[in-house]
Amino acid sequence: MLATARSQIRILARDPFLLALVVVIFISILIFVVYPLAMVFIASFQERGEWTMANYALMWERRLYRNALWNSLSVGALVGFVGVIIGYVAAFVLTRLNVPGKRILHYLMIVPIISPPFVSAVSILFLFGLNGLITRQVLGLQDFSIYGFHGVVWSQIFTFAPIAYLSLRGVLASISPTLEDAALNIGASRWQVFWKVTFPLSLPGVASAFLIVFIESMADFGNPLVLAGAAFPMLAPQAYLEITGSFNLARGAMLSVILLLPSITAFAIQRYWIAKRQYVTVTGKPTASTSKIVSEPVKWLLYGFVLLFAAIVLLFYSVIFIGAFTQVWGFNYAFTLNHFVYVFDVGFKTVKDTLIIAIITTPVSGLLGMLIAFLVVRRVFPGKGALEFGSILSYAVPGTVVGIGYVLAFNGPPIILTGTLAILVLCFVFRYVPVGIQSGIAVLRQIDPSIEEAAQNLGASALTTFRKVTLPLIAPAFFSALVYAFVRAMTAISAAIFLVSANWNLMTVQILNQVGSGRLGVAAAYSVVVIAIVLVAVVIINAIVVRMTKHMNMVRF
Amino acid sequence: MAEAVHIRNLDKRFESADAPGQGVHAVRNANLEVAPGELVTLLGPSGCGKTTLLRMIAGFEEPTSGDILFGDRRMNDVAPNRRDAAMVFQSYAIFPHLSVYENVVFGLRLKKLSREELSARANKVLAMSGLTEMAGRSPNQLSGGQQQRVALARAIVMEPRVLLFDEPLSNLDAKLRDQMRVEIRELQQRLGITALYVTHDQVEAMSISDRIVVMNGGVIEQIGTPREVYARPATRFVAEFIGKANFLKASILDAKTIDVAGVAIPYSSDAKAGEQLTLVLRPEAVALSDQAGDFPATVRRAMFLGNIAEYLVEVDGIGEWLVDSPNPGESGLFQPGTRVFASPSKSALHALG
Repeated sequence: MLATARSQIRILARDPFLLALVVVIFISILIFVVYPLAMVFIASFQERGEWTMANYALMWERRLYRNALWNSLSVGALVGFVGVIIGYVAAFVLTRLNVPGKRILHYLMIVPIISPPFVSAVSILFLFGLNGLITRQVLGLQDFSIYGFHGVVWSQIFTFAPIAYLSLRGVLASISPTLEDAALNIGASRWQVFWKVTFPLSLPGVASAFLIVFIESMADFGNPLVLAGAAFPMLAPQAYLEITGSFNLARGAMLSVILLLPSITAFAIQRYWIAKRQYVTVTGKPTASTSKIVSEPVKWLLYGFVLLFAAIVLLFYSVIFIGAFTQVWGFNYAFTLNHFVYVFDVGFKTVKDTLIIAIITTPVSGLLGMLIAFLVVRRVFPGKGALEFGSILSYAVPGTVVGIGYVLAFNGPPIILTGTLAILVLCFVFRYVPVGIQSGIAVLRQIDPSIEEAAQNLGASALTTFRKVTLPLIAPAFFSALVYAFVRAMTAISAAIFLVSANWNLMTVQILNQVGSGRLGVAAAYSVVVIAIVLVAVVIINAIVVRMTKHMNMVRF
Repeated sequence: MAEAVHIRNLDKRFESADAPGQGVHAVRNANLEVAPGELVTLLGPSGCGKTTLLRMIAGFEEPTSGDILFGDRRMNDVAPNRRDAAMVFQSYAIFPHLSVYENVVFGLRLKKLSREELSARANKVLAMSGLTEMAGRSPNQLSGGQQQRVALARAIVMEPRVLLFDEPLSNLDAKLRDQMRVEIRELQQRLGITALYVTHDQVEAMSISDRIVVMNGGVIEQIGTPREVYARPATRFVAEFIGKANFLKASILDAKTIDVAGVAIPYSSDAKAGEQLTLVLRPEAVALSDQAGDFPATVRRAMFLGNIAEYLVEVDGIGEWLVDSPNPGESGLFQPGTRVFASPSKSALHALG
């Protein structure tokens, strides 16, 4: 074992730059992923410097905490279940059925993924809140409260069903329709084909999508903070309140650990058990991909369901857009630009800060993701498995936990970063790099390694090979990594809220503050600005990546 | 420019990650001397270690033990990008995001050549490969044969010390394969570059090589000219892998005669009387006649292939032989069931070591 490791290092050291790179990445992951997490664990077992289990004892003694755990779990399970049903139907309709408007419906389905965290929550307040358009103006309800279980679940469904959709889309597209044809051909009814062939083949994907949505729901911070209300405690906001409200780091850390456990478990199941059971039945032969297993009436019923979901997404965004130009929602619907004036006047520094942070984070995270993917797929070195695990670990760690970890880790010596630009950028880079790594790995595994060997063979060093050959070849993954990093940097809240300061503030935190003080119009205006920036950025990133790889056809977002 | 390649006691084990000690012994104690300007083929079935050997020479695999030398320089610890051993890949490994011209000059650009020298060298090689017209095209607009030429041009433009080919023709159709084979051989001889060429196709190996290295199960079975490995195979494996072969059990009668199933056949040998031999008999070295001959036999199967007739005959008391008879169009076929006589050409018999 040791001899193997030594010879691996020796080979790596032939390219000293590569060796240095691996070492730097290892150390960074230790410092910015593992160390903060370890600090959370340590803090949760301490009380004024003494080791104790008292914090965990509180978990069982205090009804508030027990309720928070139960509420988070039940909301996560329900949102996962409903989200997967919606995602499955939408993925099936949009990949397998011959229906009009697939492209525009696809975009409407994925819009919530790139939007700021409070859009659906604020829309729900606009529509169903105390002064909601539907509850108050249309239905005239006086004592209806959207806050609590219902509000959170509804809001999360519209935030996270699109993630299930995207994940299941790939799964359903990889099931060869010829299998369904074969089943029909040997006499199965359509219903039997679905339950005996299509559904079992997609089952690993369904389980995976459920767990992903569950993780997202557990980690979600924005929706619960706006819509849960005091009577419906949930883990992530509760941990936040312990720290910002009661300045009790130890209890916040303990709640974080409790929050972390189900997420990590779900992640481990998804990654190490389900992912190995995915079926790929696509063959090289082109096949007509229209499914024949649904009858006409069922097809239009399913289509109607997707239309309804898309219509609600559209409604949510229209409401935000209109709300941003409305004097006082619920009382005075007159047109105004005041909210935008506020954003660009009082809030301008925040807009600038957010942009600077996102612009620094994006290329660093994107390139780091591609580099790690390259190292993991193409190089052999000791600790490779640990590097891959460490670098994608942060995907499964709820933002609240990361935020608390960073506060604990970087508030004092040896590394003090609190209040700086660096802490926000580093947090975002390491939090959002896993998606780039994963897509980079997926694309790279499909590229013949001899193309990179050819570059080396012609005299290119590892870095030159990466820059001139690998990166252009994995441009689609690079593009999605860049977009993801930018979108997340623009829309992050759960970890960032612990790290912002007077010097460096974020628009999402401003949205939260405005919602908190009831100024929904300003919150909506901020959201519109975020969405506009994200759309412009996607276009710019696309142009850059296309330029970089002029001979290849880009996969468009 | 041309350089000798020395392979000394080269060994490669792939360790299995989950079961230590359970790995694959891909190359076992390989020794090979390649002279400057020589084209040597590594021939063998898939999994015989030939590609692993080539990849060790290119630097993509690390030898477990043993040495690789170019000239008198030991290459084991030289990184692949500094070995100056250009390789033509089985999959061509053309950079799909670069034009034909950019593919060809990829390595030259890294050498920081002057602009004039770079374009002069590239244009010369493009012209040599018949690619001048396509220089600006994207690789996915090229046919398989053209892509193959790009891969070759990209390697030879480097004017490498050693040229390596990893089954370069296996993705081409038969006609094109024959044509490219000739082109590669002519180019290699014209440039006088030392070349190592991996293939599993014995016809390809026979037609382009100065010498052939036959490998099986990680072991070099024989090294020799195409004529030697065909006419004087060292092992049963070599005899069977290169061409078709019949094997005859024989015993020595005296210095000039052997006994095959009771028939005395002239064969010179310095072995002692009574010793057992295994002889290799090529199918085309057997003559069939319905009149007279050494071994009475019955035709079991007869196939007309145009230039030859391919027979399976059952020789009385010995077993089945493959027999190839020339010009069947003129002489006509023996139908299955016909009684014939099979006579080996005495000079074509070769005893395995």
